Amino acid sequence: MAAGQQGAIMGFVHRRRRGAELFLLVLALAVGIGAYAAVGIGVEGEVPVDLLGYGGWLAGLVVAAHVVIRFVAPYADPVLLPVVAALNGLGLAVIHRLDLADGTTFARQQLTWMTLGVVLFVGTLVVLRDHRVLTRFTYTSGLAAIVLLLLPLVPGLGKTINGARIWIGVGPFSFQPGEVAKVLLVITFAGYLVLHRDALALAGRRLLVVDLPRGRDLGPILAMWLVSLGVLVFQRDLGSSLLFFGLFLVMLYVATERPGWLVVGSAMFLGGALVAWRLFGHVRTRVDIWLDPFAYYGEGTSDQSYQLVESLFGMAWGGLLGRGFGEGNPERIPYAESDFIIGAIGEELGLTGVMAVLLLYGLIVERALRAALISRDGFGKLVATGLASVFALQVFVVVGGVMRLIPLTGLTTPFLSYGGSSLVANWVIIALVLRISDLARRPAPSVGDSAGEDASAAETTQVVRLP
Amino acid sequence: MSELTLFLIRVAYLAILWIFVLSAISVIRSDMFGARVPEAARGAAEPRGRAPRSKTKTKPTKRRGSPTHVVVTEGSNVGERAELDQAPILIGRGTDAAIRLDDDYVSTRHARIAASGDEWFVEDLGSTNGTYIGSVRITQPTTVTLGTQVRIGKTILELRK
Repeated sequence: MAAGQQGAIMGFVHRRRRGAELFLLVLALAVGIGAYAAVGIGVEGEVPVDLLGYGGWLAGLVVAAHVVIRFVAPYADPVLLPVVAALNGLGLAVIHRLDLADGTTFARQQLTWMTLGVVLFVGTLVVLRDHRVLTRFTYTSGLAAIVLLLLPLVPGLGKTINGARIWIGVGPFSFQPGEVAKVLLVITFAGYLVLHRDALALAGRRLLVVDLPRGRDLGPILAMWLVSLGVLVFQRDLGSSLLFFGLFLVMLYVATERPGWLVVGSAMFLGGALVAWRLFGHVRTRVDIWLDPFAYYGEGTSDQSYQLVESLFGMAWGGLLGRGFGEGNPERIPYAESDFIIGAIGEELGLTGVMAVLLLYGLIVERALRAALISRDGFGKLVATGLASVFALQVFVVVGGVMRLIPLTGLTTPFLSYGGSSLVANWVIIALVLRISDLARRPAPSVGDSAGEDASAAETTQVVRLP
Repeated sequence: MSELTLFLIRVAYLAILWIFVLSAISVIRSDMFGARVPEAARGAAEPRGRAPRSKTKTKPTKRRGSPTHVVVTEGSNVGERAELDQAPILIGRGTDAAIRLDDDYVSTRHARIAASGDEWFVEDLGSTNGTYIGSVRITQPTTVTLGTQVRIGKTILELRK
């Protein structure tokens, strides 16, 4: 094995661990299919008749993804795919459970979207053999992201659903371009920061205890701040606005290692939030509901906090072990299948289930950050960090909102919530992280230190075959 | 369906969920507690360091006055050293480096010191901030002798007897 020769200089070579991945995938399928069976037993009193077909389809999807990883990304992280498969399977079962109560068919559509998500996941891994190719599209993807963010504002194309203008409708399909835009924005930020981080990191003056950046370097952060504010004002989408700005701030901080940026950014965010709170009714309503939900619940009030309070009731009713699938009433929560799915899980699986779900999200973020840590190029590091922070921020914003830690902002819970655009975008994110971790864990190309040592030692450059 | 059955199903499902979470964590436990180097590999690493010396002539022959180790003389890791027996010596910020520097201006795999004939060479491994001898940034493997100051980031290294 070639790794043996490099051992002297490299010391450590990552194992592929594809067997561990397969083992975890079997467990993940047990989580997904088991939830589906438990829902059938709990709601209808019998094991669902299509359990074999459904389970087979789910198993086919994840096994296909696993086989593709074996071939095109053999060193990729072994934990990510199983965790994602388990979350997706659990989400499908919970959506199916709400379908049974409401008479809708969201789960079927979600399964279609998951299939498309896995196809795009496989496509990304097969087409993108080296993530560094993406540096070429730094500005193109930035432009595409801005166009995608503007699309919902185009008259005739954009659709306003539940007060937020973040959808585009093409025929019978509606799509949230913001979900794709966040992946493109990560690529743009990473490409930009990897080139300009020295200027952003080193120039500046010291004020009190923090290093403040130069005025002229504030350009990009100002632009990003305006974009986030634009999303907030014109699309009335609090969650995405927070996500985009938070993502940019985290990546800026990671690229420059300067806490000064966090100080400046947080101040700008707080300023913007304060202004938005004073100017816009919908922001103020959210804050009021957050501070005192029961004042807006029940007869004689505007009943605006109905959704939040029902979800709080549900989680309290669920307690430590939950009611069990089919034994609670999560269908009382409006939109329980999308934004409030964590409330539905809290009711039927209890604190124990919610903690497991949050740990799984923690694992995804940890694996992405680990890929960033061991990645050998700055661009890969930044992309992986950015994608990890997208995940972390999104889960924090939506779960924190549902649990009344922060004001509620509409975002989907990754992989759990019903929502095609979000699901597809998240599968692509996982494919990107796997690609970065594959390149990072792969043994470094050997620098000809075994046989050609005598000849090559005197030469200045050596040809290194990139994997 | 009786209450008891439903309760058992609920607990069984939560158990499956947690078994999955815990197995996922156990797969990555080496991240948290460090990888254990197997006994066989540890044993193999020893002869690997010596083997090239016995069969190739790349190492300088032991003579009076020839350097035996490289040491950090300035910077945050003053005093850190590596024996030249272990050549080639990798210098950088990464965990695999023989001389590990906690210096923000040093790349993960910054430079290496290797032998050719009787002479020792320092070679830049495509670092961001470069490797300097005196005030000259080196672009190709460059000879270092006893006491030559090799600057890497804010750190200075020297060959010593």
